Amino acid sequence: MARRYDSRTTIFSPEGRLYQIEYAMEAISHAGTVLGVLAKDGVVLAAEKKVTGKLLDLSGEGGYGGSGEKIFLLNSNVIGGVAGLTSDANSLVNYARTAAQQHLLSYNEDIPVELLAQRLCDMKQGYTQYGGLRPFGVSLLYAGYDPHYQFQLYHSDPSGNYSGWKATCIGANNGTAQSLLKQEYKDDILVKDAIALVLKVMSKTMDSTTLGSEKLEFAVLTLDESTKQPKAKIYKPSEIDALLRAEGLAKTDGDTEMKSA
Amino acid sequence: METSFALTGKGYVIVAADTTAARSIVKMKVDEDKIKEISPHLLMAYSGEPGDTVQFAEFVERNIRLYQIRNLYPLRPSAAASWIRRSLADSLRSRSPYSVNLLVGGYDTATHEPKLYWIDYLGTQVDVPFGAHGYGSYFALSLLDRYHDPEASLEEGLATLKRCVDEVAKRLVVSPGRYKVKVVDKDGVREVEI
Repeated sequence: MARRYDSRTTIFSPEGRLYQIEYAMEAISHAGTVLGVLAKDGVVLAAEKKVTGKLLDLSGEGGYGGSGEKIFLLNSNVIGGVAGLTSDANSLVNYARTAAQQHLLSYNEDIPVELLAQRLCDMKQGYTQYGGLRPFGVSLLYAGYDPHYQFQLYHSDPSGNYSGWKATCIGANNGTAQSLLKQEYKDDILVKDAIALVLKVMSKTMDSTTLGSEKLEFAVLTLDESTKQPKAKIYKPSEIDALLRAEGLAKTDGDTEMKSA
Repeated sequence: METSFALTGKGYVIVAADTTAARSIVKMKVDEDKIKEISPHLLMAYSGEPGDTVQFAEFVERNIRLYQIRNLYPLRPSAAASWIRRSLADSLRSRSPYSVNLLVGGYDTATHEPKLYWIDYLGTQVDVPFGAHGYGSYFALSLLDRYHDPEASLEEGLATLKRCVDEVAKRLVVSPGRYKVKVVDKDGVREVEI
């Protein structure tokens, strides 16, 4: 009975481990990479889209206010990046948006970023304790702003743990990406340089040799110059291609891959 | 009769409330504190139905404290006032509504601004530069309208408050004798004498 302690999330193994939670985390380390970098004047998120076939229709702008399957607007002051089971992620994104709106209803202010992360983690933790259910196979990055701690970047995993980061990465090749980030990150980095850093690390960790909007999602959270309110920008595919051209990372015309739109 | 005033100035909010506890025509007590310090930078003056006032003020105080314990930082004045307003609005639509009027004054440590909210038992909430509740408000509001200056120093602010207190003492038939005055600014909450 080697699998005696595998089948239920709520049962500890004799070594004191919860295998289902560890499997969930393992599943995430095969998912598309999601990368976040905290800058002085904003936060940058990028995500690798895994599913691309030549026949997949990418002409639409996508739902959820962006190019969307991995980067979502959770609230006007928080962008979320997800790695793991997309369907689980959709349910968590929905929950996060509800939690954010409930806070707005009670307090008439945008939910503080850490509080939103806590709300999701409370729910994720519940699934490691109550019987008969599997945990969420999703890790999230939260890029947000609130007046208490200004710009913030958080990560949460299927066990319900969360932590704050200056730069971090989840999903496939996260080890490589994190050591690259550790080398290149500077404490007073600006958004402009953070964008370049994110794209550079992304281009090194992704399987494909060239970056393009069909493989990449991108978002930046900054403060609006005039209103001083957080401004979340989730890039459209055309904007991602323009950004890559500007950074000199776009693929050349000789590339045979199908172009979107 | 019960009276409370509050006004903002440069980096501070002054909140004042009379100290009489009356039942019918009898003064039962003349040193009652009707201004609660609900967080390090937040004051709440309450008036209305006796019993309801203390019950509701303590309910608010405990809930705001709970938020602070859970999240390590206190609610900002705007968020606290919104939550209090919602509590009153929910209460109004219940079987036994609270009949409490409030002045919530605080210093927002995130934006470094003084904030004042006028809230009544119907769940009305207004962000105001100055406000008053009770019979005293009929005399004080016109004075505050004339003399209030958002850039005034604390001394000037207290002088304006003194005008209100004196006018109420002069004109109101059943004017309260003594007031408790509290100030909230970047350094927190403190009591002052006028």
